[in-house]
Amino acid sequence: MSTAPPSFSRPAAPNRDPAWVGRIFWLSLAVVLLWPLMVATEFKPWALFDAQSRKSSLRFLMDFFPPVANREFLTLVAKETWRTVAIATAGMALAMLLAIPFTLLSTSALSISALTGKMAALPFVFRQTIRLVLILLRSVPELVWALIFVRVVGLGPTAGVLAIALTYGGMLGKVYAEILESGDAHATQTLMRNGSGRLQAFFYGLLPQNAAEITSYTVYRWECAIRSSVVLGFVGAGGLGQQMDNSMKMFNGGEVATMLIVFILLVALADRVSSWLRKEIG
Amino acid sequence: MNLTTKRLGARHPAARAGTPDALRDASIGIAAGEQVAIIGPSGAGKTTLLHALACALRPSTGSVLVDNIDPWQLPRSDLQTMRGRLYLAPQVPPLPPRQRVVTSVLAGSLPAMGFWKSIRSLLYPQNIAGAYAALEKFDLSEKIFDRVDRLSGGERQRVGLARAIVSPAKLWLIDEPLSALDPTRAKQVMDTLIGEARDRNVTLVMTLHQVDVALTRFDRIIGLRDGSVAFDLPASQVTPQRLTELYAQHEDELHGPAPVSDRVDEAPPNPPVMHCR
Repeated sequence: MSTAPPSFSRPAAPNRDPAWVGRIFWLSLAVVLLWPLMVATEFKPWALFDAQSRKSSLRFLMDFFPPVANREFLTLVAKETWRTVAIATAGMALAMLLAIPFTLLSTSALSISALTGKMAALPFVFRQTIRLVLILLRSVPELVWALIFVRVVGLGPTAGVLAIALTYGGMLGKVYAEILESGDAHATQTLMRNGSGRLQAFFYGLLPQNAAEITSYTVYRWECAIRSSVVLGFVGAGGLGQQMDNSMKMFNGGEVATMLIVFILLVALADRVSSWLRKEIG
Repeated sequence: MNLTTKRLGARHPAARAGTPDALRDASIGIAAGEQVAIIGPSGAGKTTLLHALACALRPSTGSVLVDNIDPWQLPRSDLQTMRGRLYLAPQVPPLPPRQRVVTSVLAGSLPAMGFWKSIRSLLYPQNIAGAYAALEKFDLSEKIFDRVDRLSGGERQRVGLARAIVSPAKLWLIDEPLSALDPTRAKQVMDTLIGEARDRNVTLVMTLHQVDVALTRFDRIIGLRDGSVAFDLPASQVTPQRLTELYAQHEDELHGPAPVSDRVDEAPPNPPVMHCR
């Protein structure tokens, strides 16, 4: 409250927006920062539309029609599709096997010392170390893991499975821990406060509290694993990707088109499974 | 179990720095098997006192002794064993929404179960009869295989209290057990808790907003105000004048319904999940 005597002259209507200078500043800063990035990435969208590239991309796309649909090829695709699903599923299973212990060890939602304030020093350092391991696992791309394993175990699905297991183990471990920490902690904390062990509190409080989100994230990651196993196929890790690589090298667009369609159906299927599972559990 | 506190002060770990402790000066002694009600206006430190007695909050000043042992001198695993011998029932029932009632109730006996038995109990409930008997005392036995999120607020509160019945604890610390119950249910719940505690020789400490219930049901009343003990008297000596002083500036709470809980015992909001999608 000001103590000045009441004045009767009304303040003039503002004639400029006080946010204007800041807005201009951030906008120009964004342009200044983006420009070198566009130069560095040789970002020239107009190059897509000159006559030369238009003709060559059109030819490439025309190759896709009609998709190959003879019996022999469809049998092959079905077999490779099944192999892709198998790679993704086995990779995810191994990844979960790896991620779940790391999650339990690293999540602060199961810290007993954190119940009464700050987490104690030793458990804190231990949990951070586990997190570091998870970072190491997932910061090496699955493509690199696959290239390594192709040399170790030879061409074929095993390399793909191992590559997915390691990278996805790191991702799942991190995200599971974060899901567990972001849910309502009341049930879990009450159990630990009443003297139950960490694992008991996990099975009776933390897991039922967060099961739907964990499941939906896992199914989403399974879908990612299917997509990523195709990329891994290009370096010789088996499945649809390897077939696609072969067809591309032979400029057989029709076969590529068939496999792309199968692939889209596969991803759509994973999407349906995910929403069904979420409904069942949620 | 008996309890002794000396000039006990405590604060919630998430309380803002600079604010005074919610509990500042509480010296009380509670004998094994005794039944005590804690009353006082909102913000008096009732829940904080309960949590400090439950070894859920480390005292910031003073001391608390449980069975003549200072729990905070114990190694962490022994502290956890000690926590298993008492039962703290928070005001908001701590039940995961997707759990079945039978699992939620049996979670009360986790400290006595051992790890493998508790896993077996998830596959097939190991003590259906015990859970049924506990629920029956709260008139909920027909809900035993329902999911928790199908229950009403009052039913959930009673499931949370049924946990105490199956727990191995010798000390019950119960926070506002009547906040979601109508008067008939409230009477039944009080009959059950007080009767069971007496039969099992369990020490019972209960915070209550309903002063009349506290005065008629309990022999000993502790009045808490501004984090300190205002009085600690037999119920017969708690005069209307003392109550008026205790609830000064909070008269509506003395006569009206209990205010809705604002869950002060909760930690600050968790950070949002950053899914790398």
